[in-house]
Amino acid sequence: MKFIETRQFRLRIWGQQLMLEVDQIHVAYGRVKALYGVSLTANAGEILCLLGRNGAGKTTIMKSIMGLLPITTGTVKLEGKTISKLPAYEVPRQRIGYVPQGRRLFPELTVSENIEMGLMACNEHNETREWVLDIFPRLRERLNQQSSTLSGGEQQMLATARALCLRPRVLLLDEPTEGLQPSMIEQVRQVVVRMKTEGVAIILVEQRVDAVLSIADNVTFIENGRDMKTVTANYLRENPALLKEHLGV
Amino acid sequence: MVNAHRSYILHISIIGMLAAMFFILPAYHVGNLSRIMVLAVYAMGFNVLFGYTGLLSLGHALFFATGMYGLGMAMNTFNIAAEPAMLIGGICAFLVSAVIGFLALRTSGVAFMIVTLMFAQAGYLTILYFGAYTRGDEGFVIPQADRMIAGIDITGETARYFSALFLFSVVFLLIMYLVRSPFGHTIVAIRENEERTRMLGYDTVRHKLAAVIISGTISGIAGAAYALLFGYAGATFATVQYSIFPLLWVLLGGAGTTLGPIIGTIFMFYLIDLSSTVTQAYMLIAGVVLVLLTLFAPQGLAGELRRRVFKWLP
Repeated sequence: MKFIETRQFRLRIWGQQLMLEVDQIHVAYGRVKALYGVSLTANAGEILCLLGRNGAGKTTIMKSIMGLLPITTGTVKLEGKTISKLPAYEVPRQRIGYVPQGRRLFPELTVSENIEMGLMACNEHNETREWVLDIFPRLRERLNQQSSTLSGGEQQMLATARALCLRPRVLLLDEPTEGLQPSMIEQVRQVVVRMKTEGVAIILVEQRVDAVLSIADNVTFIENGRDMKTVTANYLRENPALLKEHLGV
Repeated sequence: MVNAHRSYILHISIIGMLAAMFFILPAYHVGNLSRIMVLAVYAMGFNVLFGYTGLLSLGHALFFATGMYGLGMAMNTFNIAAEPAMLIGGICAFLVSAVIGFLALRTSGVAFMIVTLMFAQAGYLTILYFGAYTRGDEGFVIPQADRMIAGIDITGETARYFSALFLFSVVFLLIMYLVRSPFGHTIVAIRENEERTRMLGYDTVRHKLAAVIISGTISGIAGAAYALLFGYAGATFATVQYSIFPLLWVLLGGAGTTLGPIIGTIFMFYLIDLSSTVTQAYMLIAGVVLVLLTLFAPQGLAGELRRRVFKWLP
């Protein structure tokens, strides 16, 4: 479904619709188990934040959803359809966008070509390209520049833009503000909020608790490969002791 | 000017320059250049896989020899005319590269290099084993009378030069088009970051297999053309040495550039040619020059040109 509806209409359509369901997934790196029965749900038009210490398994969850790591047991469903059996290259075609930690652009390609790579994967065309460039006007000024020569913030914009080229129903963002200056962090935040209002289900991995509390609807604490607790952001604001309990901050 | 236009003008100018060389250069160098253009086609094939897709094959001589023997045996054993024999050479290379690609792409990195090397070695030994048909180490000559294309005797200097130029031009422009196409961008993306490419929704294995097939088929066509234009097919062309040559040409010229293969092939050919007139230890001179080039132009000659001046070079 193309996201061309007005904001109000769109919200009416998606409402609290369950978009992504991760059900009791177990994942291992060879013999080393990394996830132990993790379950999550992401609704349309909501932001779910994953909080946890380094090595807790947040990125592993993202990669497992994308099919980049084999799930030993458990399932991942998108709007009720199991996607965890699909080959990795089919998962993005279900319109799940992933912005990995560290951006991972194609440094030899220009900004325009990087965006083109995103568009071609899902047979999206000019309309989507314009939509993405309207969201990131800075990239429009840099279309012919090699992506390796962009600043950190611009690279993050490009990585996000490329994921948006899929017209995602679900967007996975792994530490999108890492290493960015405050003005860039604000721009990333605005884009995330815009996607939320457009009905995209967002799963966000973020270390900065203030950023999480300002935009998240729900927060899941991940510890040692397990989902320990899911609370609403409001509840977390009122009970900061939870942060101490799960993150030690 | 748009980069694409610059690129077209540059490539067509190079073809024009090569055509003009026939009238300018003495006969000896014209003969050399015919051979260089065919070998450059082989290097261009190799470059598709190594330079653009990031897969280092150490067994490309197998594809070159497959094309060569496909044409040679079709002509000598089955008395097939040159044109269909050329097609047979290309088809043989296509089939062999499809099979080798299918098997070798189950591995990656160093394992891919070793697997392709082993397949090439198996191919070389097969040529020797079936010496009754292939004439083994000795190889065989394709009779001059059979080397005709569309009624034109291609054993003459002029016809041979322009046949080589025609093949070179077709492949040169084809590759320029290919690397600017969506497929070209995808294989470059695979080279840069395969996992990220898969995350965007690309079937990277299928693209890599296509790259092996395109690369192998072009190399095979170069092998067939070499046999046809120079009248000889031999097991030497299936040895490891002939797998290393295109790697050297492409590295020196600039991997992942359309100009790299021709520049590298010319450079290496004349480096050996000239240094061998100076001393018998010509490989020593060649080695020193190669070390210097690697130190001061690590991206190859065309690669350095692109990095420093012409950033739009494809």
